[in-house]
Amino acid sequence: MIEALFPNVEMDKFWEKTYETLYMTGISLVFIFIFGILLGLLLFLTSKGNIWHNQFINWMIAAVVNIFRAIPFVILIILLIPFTKGIMGTMIGPNAALPALIIGSAPFYARMVEIGLREVNKGVIEAAQAMGARTSTIIFKVLLPESMPAIVSGLTVTAIALVGYTAIAGIIGAGGLGNYAHQYGFVRGNNDVTLFGTIAILIIVFIIQFIGDFITKRLDKR
Amino acid sequence: MISLNNVTKVFKTKSGMITAVDNVKINIKEGEIFGIIGYSGAGKSTLVRMFNGLERPTKGTITIDGKEISKIRGAELRKARQEIGMIFQHFNLLWSRTVRDNISFPLEIAGVPKVKRKKRVEELIKLVGLEGREDAYPSQLSGGQKQRVGIARALANNPKVLLCDEATSALDPETTDSILDLLLDINKKMGLTIILITHEMHVIRKIAHRVAVMENGKVVEVAPVMEIFKNPKTDITKRFVQQITDEEETMEAVQHLLEKYSTGKIVKLTFIGETAEQPIISELIKEQSISINILQGKISQTRTGSYGTLLIQLVGDTEHIDKAIEQLKKQQVGVEVISHD
Repeated sequence: MIEALFPNVEMDKFWEKTYETLYMTGISLVFIFIFGILLGLLLFLTSKGNIWHNQFINWMIAAVVNIFRAIPFVILIILLIPFTKGIMGTMIGPNAALPALIIGSAPFYARMVEIGLREVNKGVIEAAQAMGARTSTIIFKVLLPESMPAIVSGLTVTAIALVGYTAIAGIIGAGGLGNYAHQYGFVRGNNDVTLFGTIAILIIVFIIQFIGDFITKRLDKR
Repeated sequence: MISLNNVTKVFKTKSGMITAVDNVKINIKEGEIFGIIGYSGAGKSTLVRMFNGLERPTKGTITIDGKEISKIRGAELRKARQEIGMIFQHFNLLWSRTVRDNISFPLEIAGVPKVKRKKRVEELIKLVGLEGREDAYPSQLSGGQKQRVGIARALANNPKVLLCDEATSALDPETTDSILDLLLDINKKMGLTIILITHEMHVIRKIAHRVAVMENGKVVEVAPVMEIFKNPKTDITKRFVQQITDEEETMEAVQHLLEKYSTGKIVKLTFIGETAEQPIISELIKEQSISINILQGKISQTRTGSYGTLLIQLVGDTEHIDKAIEQLKKQQVGVEVISHD
C-alpha cells in the first residue's frame, strides 16, 4: 500500500534518515537537559531575594541566554561553523548538527527551567532552611523535585522544537528527515517523498508530546 | 534557655528605613509555652524568624541554650537549626513527597541512616495521630492533617525549641483546638519549649504560660497569661483580652439596655481564679435591698486558672445601688460600671 501511495519512497533510506533525526534529537536533548538545568538553576539562584543573589552574574547569564535565544537558528548554524569544525572535525552529517542544536536550544530550555523554579513555594524553601538544609540539599531535594512537572513539560516543548531544528539543519547538510524531505523529495521533484517525510516528523512530534504529557501527569501530585 | 537582648531589626526599603523589631528584651524559660501576640505588621513574624537565624538582628543578640544564634553562620548555624523545630501558617510541606517522606526530610538533612529514619518516622506518625495516612500526598490531606505533618516534621530531630509561626491561623476553630491540644500534649510529654506567635487571644488563653504583646515592633507588655487577663496595662492588651471576654453583640445589647432602662446600673464583674467560686451574687441580694438581673456570663479556662466575666443589671433606688457597688468592690472581683457611650 505504501508503494502505491508513495512510489518514490525507498524504505532503507527513510529508516536511515529517521534514525538520524532521532539520534540528533536524542543526543542534543541530553545535553540541553544538563545545560538547561544548570543555567536555569543559576538564573534562579542568583536572582533577587534568592540564595546566591548576585546581580552581576544574573545579568551576565541572562544576557548570554537572551542573545542565543534571539539568533535565528539558520544563522546560528552558519555562525557556529568554525566552532563545529573545531570540535566535531566536520560540518556535515548528524554529529555536525549537535553543537548548533544544543547551543540553540539550551538557553530556551534554561528559561523554562527558571520559570518552573520560580513557581516553587518560597515557604517550602524557607522550611528547608529552617531545618538546617545546605544549599545542595535545597537544590536536589526541594527545588528540582518540586519543579519536576515544569521541568519535564518544558523538556517536551523543547524536544518538539528540536525536531523542527533538526529538519532545518538537515536542509544544510545534517541528514535526518528534513534532509530526506528536501533532498530526496523537493530537489528531485518527488512530492510523495516530501509528504512521507513530513508525516514521519509529525508522528515523532506526537509521540514526544504524548510521552511528555504522560510523565508530567504522573509526576504532579499537587 | 532563650534570651533576647535588645533585639532590633531594621529593613531598608525604597520608602526609607522600617524598624520591624524595636529593642526587644525577653527571657524564655525551659519547658515554657511562650506566646507572642500582635496584629499583622507588629513585627512578631520577623521576631520569630530571628530565633532560628532566618533573619539576622540589626542590633542585639539572641541566645538559645547558650548558643548565640544571631552570631553563628554556615555549618554551625545549620547544626543549631536542626535543634529548633518550626511550623508555619501555610504548613510548607513538599507536595512531591508523601506524609512519610515529608517527615523523613529533616532526618535526611541531619544525616540519620535509613533504618533509624524509618523507625523515627513511624514513631512520629503515631505521635501526631496520622496512622493510615503515611502514603498520602499533602494535596490529599485536610488543613489539620497537614499541620500535623508539619508538627511531626518539626519534631523529627528531637528539638529543644519549637517555633510556631501563626500555626493555627489558617485552620477552622475546631481544628485549631485539636492542634493546640497536640502542642500542649507535646509540651507536657517532652518538656519542649514552645514559642508561638498569633493574633488570636484564644490561642494564648488555651496553651500559653506567658505572653508578650507586640505593637509597632515593640514589646509593650510581658506577663503570665492570667496576669494579662486580670490586669491588662496597655490599650492594645485590653483589646486582645476583649477578643475573649466581651463579644460584640453583648456590648451592643448592653447599649440597648442602657437606653431602655434609665433606672438601675449595669455592672461588669471580672472574676479571677478562686473568686469565681464564691457566692458573691447571692450575698449581695441578701444584704442589699436591690434586685439583680443577669445579662451575660462567661468563664474561660487558662493554663493557670479560670477567668470569668459577668454582666449584671442592678435595679433599685440609687442609694442601695451605690452601696451594692461598694460591697462588690470590697470583694476580690473587678468592678466596672458601664455607662452610656
